[in-house]
Amino acid sequence: MAMSFEWPWQYRFPPFFTLQPNVDTRQKQLAAWCSLVLSFCRLHKQSSMTVMEAQESPLFNNVKLQRKLPVESIQIVLEELRKKGNLEWLDKNKSSFLIMWRRPEEWGKLIYQWVSRSGQNNSVFTLYELTSGEDTEDEEGSIFVGVS
Amino acid sequence: MNKRTWTALSGIKFDAGTLLLSTHRLIWRDQKNHECCMAIPLSQIVFIEEQAAGIGKSAKIVVHLHPTPVSKEPGPFQSSKNSYIKLSFKEHGQIEFYRRLSEEMIQRRWESMPVSQSLQSKRGSQPGRVRAVGIVGIERKLEEKRKETDKNISEAFEDLSKLMIKAKEMVELSKSIANKIKEKQGDITEDETIRFKSYLLSMGIANPVTRETYGSGTQYHMQLAKQLAGILQAPLEERGGIMSLTEVYCLVNRARGMELLSPEDLVNACKMLDALKLPLRLRVFDSGVMVIELQSHKEEEMVASALETVSEKGSLTSEEFAKLVGMSVLLAKERLLLAEKMGHLCRDDSVEGLRFYPNLFMTQS
Repeated sequence: MAMSFEWPWQYRFPPFFTLQPNVDTRQKQLAAWCSLVLSFCRLHKQSSMTVMEAQESPLFNNVKLQRKLPVESIQIVLEELRKKGNLEWLDKNKSSFLIMWRRPEEWGKLIYQWVSRSGQNNSVFTLYELTSGEDTEDEEGSIFVGVS
Repeated sequence: MNKRTWTALSGIKFDAGTLLLSTHRLIWRDQKNHECCMAIPLSQIVFIEEQAAGIGKSAKIVVHLHPTPVSKEPGPFQSSKNSYIKLSFKEHGQIEFYRRLSEEMIQRRWESMPVSQSLQSKRGSQPGRVRAVGIVGIERKLEEKRKETDKNISEAFEDLSKLMIKAKEMVELSKSIANKIKEKQGDITEDETIRFKSYLLSMGIANPVTRETYGSGTQYHMQLAKQLAGILQAPLEERGGIMSLTEVYCLVNRARGMELLSPEDLVNACKMLDALKLPLRLRVFDSGVMVIELQSHKEEEMVASALETVSEKGSLTSEEFAKLVGMSVLLAKERLLLAEKMGHLCRDDSVEGLRFYPNLFMTQS
């Protein structure tokens, strides 16, 4: 079970669940949604989801506040994530998606940096070594925790 | 009607009912369940015979029937082994009933009288109306109704088209007189000219002379605008410097009593307020709502106070806000929407209604 998730202040703010007509306000709102989705998925170790699941998940449905983000607005949030590179649709109908709380390029960069630092350029090693090797148990190793 | 029973000897028995004799049929009705009712047309009876009562036996009438006709109406049984039915009279009345039934059989009145009503025969058509049942009937009725309505409307508009023709003649007449005034300025006195022009104006026909002189806005609208500025100054101040155009319309026409303004005239006059540098102006919101404001009124400044009010209460709907501030709900909503447009408020739209909150998205990190 994931450690206790701390909801951001917006989650308890009713207007968060209404798509704002004011363009500037909307920008801020969508940015907040995107980071919420990413941190939620990261903590719950959820890398993929269907739109149906998303609708009912506490992520978009705050039962206590009695507010849920309508499905059209969820689609808009997902599209934002896709534009940013954090989301990929798994099917043509856009019913299920892959969430990458760290974009592939970011991973690439991190791995490269770690490899350089540990002087292992130009040698081959496995993902297992990467995630559980002694060398990775230090600070940098914690970066790789939670990689599925 | 005495109590009888109706027995069919193939073992099927119907008990405790009432037997009725009509000129056409023999009807049996269950005493307890009135919905259970059977009938045999008298034409089906070949002959009848009596069976006297005995010890342990009740008096009976045996009714011999013709073989089942093909067009038989549905009954309790499709067919029976026997070609007769037995009527058993538990109590009394067999003799009397036998006598009457024999009479009917002799008279055969059903042959001479037309069938009054039976479930399956169609009713005779009434002259001029076709009766039909079901959807076809309903559709036909609707069609009839539609034709009727059409007819009524055409008749009504006949008068209107006649009126329009007359009006056209009138307009032509007044135009020709106006032209004559223009040409023969000397023949008519100044006074009469002015009076005639004002008649034209009050009928809503613009003075062709002044239209050319003043371009798009007519003299009439300009005069009207100046008049409005005078009338509306005080009411506007009372209402916080802003009124919706419908409120203005009602106010002005009530004050005028006679020679009411048309909405178009009002709008056209208001459009000129700003151009004429009068102390009021017409403002149209994004939603299309039109208001009259005092020039001194700054709606944007009002937004700041609206934000304060909303923040104090946490969140407000248009109705709540209107009540607090003492404004009409329409204007209250416009103010809140303006505040949202300016980024001071944000909205919460749910089944509970539309509420406005201070825009924390912008103010809080």
